[in-house]
Amino acid sequence: MIIKRNAADMAAALASGETTSVALTQAHLDRIAEVDKEVHAFLHVDSEGALAQAALADKKRAAGEKLSPLAGIPLALKDVMVQKGIPTTCGSKMLEGWRPPYDSTVVSKLRAADVVILGKTNMDEFAMGSSTENSAYGPTHNPWDLSRIPGGSGGGSSASLAAFEAPLAIGTDTGGSIRQPAAVTGTVGVKPTYGGVSRYGLVAFSSSLDQAGPCARTVLDAALLHEVIAGHDPKDSTSINAPVPAIVAAAKNGNVKGLKIGVIKELQGEGYQAGVLNRFNESLELLAGLGAEIVEVSCPYFEYALAAYYLIAPSECSSNLARFDAMRYGIRVGDASGVSAEEVMNLTREVGFGREVKRRIILGTYALSSGYYDAYYGSAQKVRTLIKQDFDNAFLKADVLVSPTAPTTAFKIGEKADDPIAMYLNDIATIPVNMAGICGMSLPSGLAEEDNLPTGFQIMAPAMKDDRLYNVGAALEAALLSKWGAPILSHVSGLGARA
Amino acid sequence: MSLKYEDVIAKYEPVLGLEVHVELGTASKMFCGCNTIFGAEPNTQTCPVCLGLPGALPVVNEKAIEYTIMIGLALNCSIAPFSRFARKNYFYPDMPKNFQTSQYDEPICINGFLDVEIDTDEGIKKFRVEIERVHMEEDTGKSLHMGGATGRIHGADYSLLDYNRAGIPLVEIVTKIVPGTGKYAPEVARAYVAELRDILRSLNVSDVKMEQGSLRCDANVSLRLIGSDVLGTRSETKNVNSLRSVERAVRGEMIRHAELLNKGERVVQETRHFQEDTGLTRSGRSKEQAEDYRYFPEPDLVPIVPDATWIETLRAALPEKPSTHRKRLQEAWSVPDKEMASMINADVLEIVEATVNLGADPAKARGWWLGEIARIANEKDVTAADLPITPKDVAEIVALVAAGELTDKLARQVIEAVIAGEGRPSEVIETRGIKVVSDDGALMAAIEKAIAAQPEVAEKVRGGNLPAAGALIGAVMKETEGQADAAKVRELLLKHLGQ
Amino acid sequence: MAEISRDDVANLARLARIDMAPAELDHLASELGVILNAVARVQEVAGQNVPPTSHPLPLQNVYRKDEVTPSLTPEAALSAAPASEEQRFKVPKILGEEA
Ligand SMILES: [Zn+2]
Repeated sequence: MIIKRNAADMAAALASGETTSVALTQAHLDRIAEVDKEVHAFLHVDSEGALAQAALADKKRAAGEKLSPLAGIPLALKDVMVQKGIPTTCGSKMLEGWRPPYDSTVVSKLRAADVVILGKTNMDEFAMGSSTENSAYGPTHNPWDLSRIPGGSGGGSSASLAAFEAPLAIGTDTGGSIRQPAAVTGTVGVKPTYGGVSRYGLVAFSSSLDQAGPCARTVLDAALLHEVIAGHDPKDSTSINAPVPAIVAAAKNGNVKGLKIGVIKELQGEGYQAGVLNRFNESLELLAGLGAEIVEVSCPYFEYALAAYYLIAPSECSSNLARFDAMRYGIRVGDASGVSAEEVMNLTREVGFGREVKRRIILGTYALSSGYYDAYYGSAQKVRTLIKQDFDNAFLKADVLVSPTAPTTAFKIGEKADDPIAMYLNDIATIPVNMAGICGMSLPSGLAEEDNLPTGFQIMAPAMKDDRLYNVGAALEAALLSKWGAPILSHVSGLGARA
Repeated sequence: MSLKYEDVIAKYEPVLGLEVHVELGTASKMFCGCNTIFGAEPNTQTCPVCLGLPGALPVVNEKAIEYTIMIGLALNCSIAPFSRFARKNYFYPDMPKNFQTSQYDEPICINGFLDVEIDTDEGIKKFRVEIERVHMEEDTGKSLHMGGATGRIHGADYSLLDYNRAGIPLVEIVTKIVPGTGKYAPEVARAYVAELRDILRSLNVSDVKMEQGSLRCDANVSLRLIGSDVLGTRSETKNVNSLRSVERAVRGEMIRHAELLNKGERVVQETRHFQEDTGLTRSGRSKEQAEDYRYFPEPDLVPIVPDATWIETLRAALPEKPSTHRKRLQEAWSVPDKEMASMINADVLEIVEATVNLGADPAKARGWWLGEIARIANEKDVTAADLPITPKDVAEIVALVAAGELTDKLARQVIEAVIAGEGRPSEVIETRGIKVVSDDGALMAAIEKAIAAQPEVAEKVRGGNLPAAGALIGAVMKETEGQADAAKVRELLLKHLGQ
Repeated sequence: MAEISRDDVANLARLARIDMAPAELDHLASELGVILNAVARVQEVAGQNVPPTSHPLPLQNVYRKDEVTPSLTPEAALSAAPASEEQRFKVPKILGEEA
């Protein structure tokens, strides 16, 4: 079945004439039609648009045009990314029916590379959550076990990969929303260096933390997609104006010999599931076996990262989400004769936002309000400095840092819905990377023995050294594959015979 | 019966502060490439950025920074080596993001001053207005309030929003408290705004049209009992859009405050709106329930760290200060203080200068603009500059008078006709057939006719009673419909009558 | 420790323009109290000598040239408007004063 191949292999099949983009796209649309009722990875499937893009890619190929490596390959787009004329909801009722009049830079780059966009994937509302349960359109189910969460906020993107509905997906990562879903679905996800991929057209949750990145089933596929979407964008003032590191080359030549790999003492132990830690330690042994030097590093301020994150992100979101006011776009509630604009805003925001979003808006409003700013937002920004310093010190001792991606495997849908703090703990290992603006990757490290569910291995590298992630990731991936004999996703069980 | 101004100042010392907003004359908006043309069709100059669409991001217009630095330098400010944008969070339908991108505790220019001169009882006196800060922000959209009787916000059924103005670069210039103005507070306020406007015009950074809202003044006024150091509660009067209104608003607020205080009532801290028609202010939004703007650094924009050589280049290129320029003109034209002051007061200095630059004699140019043209402007309740007569027209008229082709009386007719829209001076002269009658034959015929009509007067003149000639000259002028040169008529008449 | 009353939440909801029912205010007050107690620990290490970080990367002076680029057509600008009239966004009557 062609849909079970990696994107790089699909690209080879297109190049050799074995298949066409239209056929490949149709195969994925068929797969979506078959399984997405159960997985619910997609909020919107653009069959017509996807087939048209595929036909265009085929036509260019037939004409002998020089094409990008991913030309004609289907992709799933997280619904937080604006695509002209295509419904973009961010998983929120607030934006129900909104069709943006413009393309995000990521979409423009995908179009320029002739990547075929299948549709928009489900997510926690405005990317706030770790389970995709906060979507106004219902949760996404983990293909490994449909009663479990696929991670969040980008659970739709990760599930679409694990369910073979798409070989590539775009995610966004504010505190772990690419990496944690990758970990719990047995897929690969990369949060690039902040500023490495344009945020123009990414509906903002927390502007100083948000970063779009690639989701895939292999390290090389992630690198190929990363290369398509990365690069300077004059429309994003925080975009890095420097060449993109040689990530594809790194993914093709994974070699850790002589590399120093730092294990962060504070990101293991208490709160981490035994099976998660066991798979993590096995991976470390494999890396050591490949010639890497494993060292232990300490990042003492990481214990404050979660607290700082849950001040900074809500503060920024309280401001970013103020624009949803029923005046210019989105839903409007309570507009009747004699009702004022102010009342309509109040009613629309009450109805249009879900519980978690309102909780964070109120928390952020509090943290920024006069009299509390210094104690909360101001202090959180100082913690951010301390976390950066921790990373700076650690990178003096190691080329990359590693940890488990998430403390546990996928939990049951509904299990943590009423306990925000327990839910927030999912991101304990991924948040420091966003706070410092550096880059991080999660790749599968095997199944936990307790529940036979995937675990993730996180690699972190300094800002603008994204190639190191791919170098180490590719080496580890190859070693794990030869140990397992088959890719981890060959064990996906939730979809039964259809998997 | 309202309190007399003399009674207010006998008891209270006014405390004055001024905030001036200036729309910069850049081609594109502050954070996007939309056009800034005044009066364009509604919503034709908007884009995802200035409409605050989800996902859109701002990028700073370099020219706006340059203009702001120029303003800061012209106002003797220090340019901050590091400044930042911040978000000012509050909801209002004309503000698409529901936050204004502004500057808060890190403005770009600080600590300047501007000296203004006032004609006082003791002669011309200088007041120094200290500038606290000059910062950048963005303008809001415009709302039309529909339905109801007044077209005003109160009583309207709904509103219509046009975002063409949203995002136009705005500079806010904030003074410190201006001490020691005493009874001259209204005049100081006016002179400050006038001087500031002249400076901005000389810098060519704004079209500074108060009536179009490209220069807007908010006047903060409070009163304190003379001899007390307890500051009173201040009111903030907005919507003051002419120089005259600045003066009236300050005076009006001083009287209103004093009336309240004399009655033992308290002044409410609030925003008030100036009413052009009545010269009074009406209550706007009360600031009792303090707004909490929850400022925080704008995460979508990076800090401004202006290069020192850039600042020095801009400083070196600053034009002559309007005050210096005025001194130079006054000397060159040998104008007395009082008359200089009346030109400034009538706001005609610039047009007089333009007229002189076109070759007109300074005294004559001044005479026309301050005399006949000012009179007509006064009648029409507009400023001389707003009349449809140009410095070129006046220079032409002055030249025609000097050449003897027009008399002063005829010149007045031409001016009236030009203002009435009959065309340029040459066209008016042509179509109206205006010309000085200097042909001796034609004049002699008129003279003989006059003598024949009033033989007894002619006798008196022959007898040496020269003043009696006036009646005959008048008759000749009437006969020739004012087109004769009176001096010439007199000369011919006296010669004819043997004198 | 941080205590959040229902009135506090009501005031925050007013600032954030969300029309919350009393039961929601009560529920949120208790949740916020718990969350604030958890996040308040940032104050333990946020000393005077620690500079704040608001931008993850040390970028500065990012500008665009003052050049006009195409705007949206008014049709596109208004395409998602809940209501429009005379090529303008139509909104319910506005109570407050202009800022
Ligand atoms: Zn624009």
